[in-house]
Amino acid sequence: MSFLEVLYFIVPSAIFYAAPLILVALGGVFSERSGVVNIGLEGLMVIGAFVGILFNLLFADQFGGLTPWLALIAAMVAALLLSLVHAVASISFRADQVVSGVAINLLAIALALYLVKRIFDKGQTDFITERFQRYDSFGLSDIPFIGPRLFSNVPDFSDIPIIGPMFFSQVYMTSVFAIAMAFVAWFVIYKTPFGLRLRSVGEHPMAADTMGINVTRMRYVAVMISGALAGIGGAIYAQTVTGDFGHATINGQGFMALAAMIFGKWHPLGAMGAALFFGLAQSLSIAGSSIPFIEDVPNVFLLILPYVLTILALAGFIGRANAPKANGKPYIKGQR
Amino acid sequence: MSNRATNLLVPIISVLLGLLVGAIIMVVSGYSPIEGYVALWNGIFGDLYTIGETLRQITPYLLAGLAVAFAFRSGLFNIGVEGQLIVGWFAAAYVGVAVELPKIIHLPLALLAAVVAGALWGFVPGLLKAKFRVHEVIVTIMMNYIALHTTNALIRTVSGGGDRTESIFESASLRSEFFQNLTDFSRLHYGIFIALAMVAVMWFILEKTTLGFELKAVGFNQNASEYAGMNVNKNIILAMVISGAFAGLGGAMEALGTFEYVSSKGGFTGIGFDGIAVALLGMNTPLGVVFGASLFGSLKYGALNMPNEAGIPVEIVEIVIAVIIFFVASGYIIRLFLLRAANKKEAK
Repeated sequence: MSFLEVLYFIVPSAIFYAAPLILVALGGVFSERSGVVNIGLEGLMVIGAFVGILFNLLFADQFGGLTPWLALIAAMVAALLLSLVHAVASISFRADQVVSGVAINLLAIALALYLVKRIFDKGQTDFITERFQRYDSFGLSDIPFIGPRLFSNVPDFSDIPIIGPMFFSQVYMTSVFAIAMAFVAWFVIYKTPFGLRLRSVGEHPMAADTMGINVTRMRYVAVMISGALAGIGGAIYAQTVTGDFGHATINGQGFMALAAMIFGKWHPLGAMGAALFFGLAQSLSIAGSSIPFIEDVPNVFLLILPYVLTILALAGFIGRANAPKANGKPYIKGQR
Repeated sequence: MSNRATNLLVPIISVLLGLLVGAIIMVVSGYSPIEGYVALWNGIFGDLYTIGETLRQITPYLLAGLAVAFAFRSGLFNIGVEGQLIVGWFAAAYVGVAVELPKIIHLPLALLAAVVAGALWGFVPGLLKAKFRVHEVIVTIMMNYIALHTTNALIRTVSGGGDRTESIFESASLRSEFFQNLTDFSRLHYGIFIALAMVAVMWFILEKTTLGFELKAVGFNQNASEYAGMNVNKNIILAMVISGAFAGLGGAMEALGTFEYVSSKGGFTGIGFDGIAVALLGMNTPLGVVFGASLFGSLKYGALNMPNEAGIPVEIVEIVIAVIIFFVASGYIIRLFLLRAANKKEAK
């Protein structure tokens, strides 16, 4: 296999694995930028994956090809509701945010498996029939609704030499969505008044409160956004990678997203970059045995790479990573 | 109401609320909660065998709980107990299969290997916290996954490509014929004595030594400890090392007592995470950990009987445990509620 062929093979696969990580990591960015640590991302992803698969199985006959997309909305709502539990505990009840997150993780996997056994009478769900469509060659004309009308004559991006086959063949619309969301999140957090308020309650809630910002409400909204994004991420992962839901479906993806958020220094685009890199590590650990050079690297190094890199990043070996100042501290009005 | 009474009431109310939520979920999903909890009870105390197995389950929970609690007392949150336990499990099993020695040397050596492995896994986040101010929560989470994948790879190497090691030599085993005869051949082993001894050790360290005093001081206020001339960094590292050692020993219980081998894992054992629940419920005191471990160990083992006897998925107990953690963590709101109730009483 030539070097280019390896890239044509591995880059689409890396993006494929990265898409859910990007969305969940963005969820983490929203929550932690507002000052609420969200270890519960894993659990929120689990609920998203479960509800996504369940919706897909139940409604595939009614909605046909649209089902996976509608399943994302169902997963989003479910995870948003679960994230409210975390919000109530960590914002209103002043619980330790890490402990509350751990409880969310335990609760989510237990609840999801309990329901799977109740509904399907076995340890995992059936396989879904309606999956996300894959575009073998992607171009502007593939954009839903406006694409075919405006760009029907524009050639597909995959015709571009070298980068075409690398980035625009075997494209899932979910990956496009995830990358687009990273830019949306960057715009929202850095270019809107909402984003400024979000960051200010995470850095110095008392100062923000003095300026008339409702700290509690901002934090609730941020945690709900993180729940929604994590739910979508979980549903995408389940509907693209595994196709069913069982106890090992998510298996640490949420924590890897958490790692991506930190490795990306709490910045939406940084988180996206880190998620893409971790996606590459994941796809290499799965497909690496058929690639020259990589096949000589023991699999375990690829598996632990994201975690080791995150620790190194935190230790400051890869630039400084500064968490939001008030991250993890409940805001108690009037307390100095 | 005195402060002490409130402190005791919070865990009790949390447990009751957890069981209540579990009952509600069972009702909503069409099961009988009475049947469910009877099955749970029988799963814990049904006969001598189940009692033995319940005690066997409590053993690693004691050590995982101690590990989390010890770190908490020094102001550190060790989510990495799971990983430290896994490496301890592997280290003990490896020493158990690699050499055959007289029992008097082999067993302590295997235990020591687990302690060292766990301590080492705790040392890394401790060092990073002390030197670079890196939050231990994230590092320990990452260390969990590194432990999982690394031990899986090592097990494959040691076993020549297989999924589990050979069973350990008899000379490293904690197996107890006495307990087997007593409890109808359950897997209850001598490890329970080790775990209970460690409860005493933790109490002794925290209450009777200078080290314990310093660790607690650092847990309360790092700046004040520094000002009083204590070496905060040294104490942070030591706290994580000791915590990791407890966790590693918990892994040894599984390696030398329950299973007598180590197999590669698709996911976490969950013991380390439940250790957080144990420590929180026990308010991070050694004696509290005994109660917490007894409760969660019993719930966890008893739940295995629920599908057979009542047709209810075991996960219901995990839900109950999660809800208990949730309420214990939200102790503020329970305290507020108790305070209001007490004030109302006085007003009348």
